[in-house]
Amino acid sequence: MTLSHRSSSSRSRRDTRLVAAVATAALGSSAIFVLIVGFLLKESWPALSTIGPARFLFDPAWRPTEGLFGLAPMLSASLAASVGAVILATPLGVASAIFCRHYAPPPIGWIHRWSMALLSGVPSVVIGLWGLTAIVPLIGRFEPPGASLLAGILILTVMITPTIALTSGAALDSLPDAYGRGAVALGLSREATLAHVLLPAARGGVVAGILLAAARALGETMAIVMVSGNVVQAPLSLFDPVRMLTANIALEMAYASGSHRASLFVSGLMLTALVIALAAAAWRLSGDRCHG
Amino acid sequence: MIAYIADTDATAGSGRAAYTLGPLAAGPTCCEPRPQISVENLTLAYDGRAALKEVSLDIFRGCVTALIGPSGCGKTSFLSSLNRLSDLIPGCEVEGRILFDGQNIHDQLTNVRALRRRVGMIFQRPNPFPLSIRRNLEMPLKEHGVRRRADLDAAVWRSLVDVGLWEEVRDRLDAPALALSGGQQQRLCIARAIALQPDVLLMDEPCSALDPVSSTIVEDLIASLRGSYTIVIATHNLAQARRIANFAGFFWVKDRAGVLIEFDHCQRIFDSPRHELTAAYVGGRSG
Amino acid sequence: MLPTSSLRDALYRFGICIAALLVAAIFFWLLADLARQGVGRLDWTFLTTPPRNAGRDGGLAPILVSTFLIVFVAMSVAAPLGVATAIFLSEFTPAGGRLARWMSLSLDVLAGTPSIVFGLFGGAFFCVFLGLGFSILSGGMTLACMALPILIRTIESGLRSSPIEWRLGAAALDLSRATLLWHVLLPAAAPSLATGLSLGIGRAVAETAALIFTSGYVDRMPSSLFDSGRALSVHIYDLTMNVSGGDANAYSSALVLIAFLIAANSLAFWFSNRIFGRRVARA
Repeated sequence: MTLSHRSSSSRSRRDTRLVAAVATAALGSSAIFVLIVGFLLKESWPALSTIGPARFLFDPAWRPTEGLFGLAPMLSASLAASVGAVILATPLGVASAIFCRHYAPPPIGWIHRWSMALLSGVPSVVIGLWGLTAIVPLIGRFEPPGASLLAGILILTVMITPTIALTSGAALDSLPDAYGRGAVALGLSREATLAHVLLPAARGGVVAGILLAAARALGETMAIVMVSGNVVQAPLSLFDPVRMLTANIALEMAYASGSHRASLFVSGLMLTALVIALAAAAWRLSGDRCHG
Repeated sequence: MIAYIADTDATAGSGRAAYTLGPLAAGPTCCEPRPQISVENLTLAYDGRAALKEVSLDIFRGCVTALIGPSGCGKTSFLSSLNRLSDLIPGCEVEGRILFDGQNIHDQLTNVRALRRRVGMIFQRPNPFPLSIRRNLEMPLKEHGVRRRADLDAAVWRSLVDVGLWEEVRDRLDAPALALSGGQQQRLCIARAIALQPDVLLMDEPCSALDPVSSTIVEDLIASLRGSYTIVIATHNLAQARRIANFAGFFWVKDRAGVLIEFDHCQRIFDSPRHELTAAYVGGRSG
Repeated sequence: MLPTSSLRDALYRFGICIAALLVAAIFFWLLADLARQGVGRLDWTFLTTPPRNAGRDGGLAPILVSTFLIVFVAMSVAAPLGVATAIFLSEFTPAGGRLARWMSLSLDVLAGTPSIVFGLFGGAFFCVFLGLGFSILSGGMTLACMALPILIRTIESGLRSSPIEWRLGAAALDLSRATLLWHVLLPAAAPSLATGLSLGIGRAVAETAALIFTSGYVDRMPSSLFDSGRALSVHIYDLTMNVSGGDANAYSSALVLIAFLIAANSLAFWFSNRIFGRRVARA
């Protein structure tokens, strides 16, 4: 038996090739986002340069074939639906997370967590289908037609509650045991421990989870298309049918052309910017939590 | 040099710095009286904080050299600088010279990988790969160019016999290595190292994570390897060092950095230490 | 003071339990509706016959094939790219280095990008710019971009969690990085690879918005990867929104979709364990 037949330089070459291959792949994957923004800019450039960014915000209406490009009604509908969903989902999600860890007997807590995980994986189109056949008729009984901002808010709530439950659960799990034990040692009740020690300590993670959920709500498309009525108008009442920014893209992209198509890309760009701003705030918060 | 005493005023003997040749200069019969590794003024720092200061000693071919001393005195750092594993630790800087058969291992010309092939290393916690017993031994061999099935089988058999593991695992060579007991895992790691036919084996507290019975078996194995390999073993088990080592170096922590206090024949370190600190440590009065 | 605070505690406890109960109730309502309305038409013929009458009748056969092909394309593009990127990030970039930070940031942003934006991008890039048209290939590659971040993150964390002793041991044995990776680290990270794949497949199967403008609506049996093909989720959307009287089949399709999601997860896990099981020891 002889060792070292193969010179170490040939093995070094193999390592060099490996590094080159994986580095190329890594650059490729990290470049996808740049590529996406690049293409959004390229496709929306005709609209941005001839129509100008201001008119997308201040035009009175969205009639792209007649030269009116106001995205404001849809932007406000998107924001209203997302804010409404976050307001409803935050207490539900945080309470679910607390319930699983501090109140439920272990098997029930486990089942609850498991159903949260499953619910967060249900495709948005399925939630939309259910919303259209279960929630919309229910609302329609009181305030026809039913497909409305409220339906959108409720459906988004169903979609982001598990997200908030899972992220705030993870934030609670990451707290050192000593926090809870210390509070109990001081004679605080379980409720006081939660309210005054554990939740404040996990605040960064919980808020980061809420922001991520808000980003998900803003970016959600299919379920919203299916339940919210799709009429372009500013949301003045909960029962108004409205059209979100994402829904507008999904509905009109199929037949849009020219500056109409370009302005849909503008709304895509706007959406991306909003979502990234939310995500950035979330990272900053969770980063702060790490530093103490 | 064979014997070394730290240059401090605490020497138990004459009170002066001493590089002395002991009377046993020829060494025990298993050893050749030539140093295989000469360490000269080795200083090692992590992120600018010295962990080892100015260590000089010789390691003799075919002998067992034990490094003793309390935890944190730089024994592990010393070992990992001998095969330049310290290169892998971010922020670790090494000064001084380490001559391996006369060549400085920190020279630009030195091929680190060739060095590591000549110097095997055994870690404190057994670290077999999550593969079968056979593949744990074969993979490094294949890596180093052994391709023929017969050669591979022979090498697996030879190294397992050498570590006394063959009879225990001959029927389950394809079983996962991690299913072995801790002592068996450690012997497998030794087999994996000697399958590459190294000259030197570095052992970093190889028995300290094992139960007493396994520990004895591994210790006997190390004793049986004496003469075939140059062995440098870090241990805080004094009785073990005394049983298996030909030479011993005593490390101590001074100003938060490890220093070599005394280096000599094992027998003299334990029976007639010349430095007060050594005497206190081997006598069980400190550490 | 004591009674007040115990009253407040009781209210607090009551609120939490009510909220959790509400969430569970909604979940079971959704589940029960799906099961009740979907199970009726679900049988073997439903899975093996093509849709008729715009999907009101008939089954899902070509749609299932298209869905499978789209996910297959997505994973065959994303898996190698994801594994390689994860290797680069965990093994070859110094932790906290600038390059690694920028790459991670870009992947995090990608993970947060709304799916409709992926749809816009896929339509403009794969369909028009690369000239692939409305095709399974375009849809699959769009989904690959979407699934990539989660795939990379899970594999990367799997690689990073392998013990330092293996790396030191490999260095002491003078193994090359390639050998260490291929024989030790990657097999040990196989469970995380399986998790990443199942999460990626889950994300791909569930996706609708990114597929409408990339793989299209055509509900015929696809004859090649360059054909347009209707994914299951797109089918559900179309039945619900554009076909009156399609609800029954939509519910059945939704049930199939959810079964598919669960099956894909289990299958990925089983498959990956089988490939690497012989090498990976379970201590």
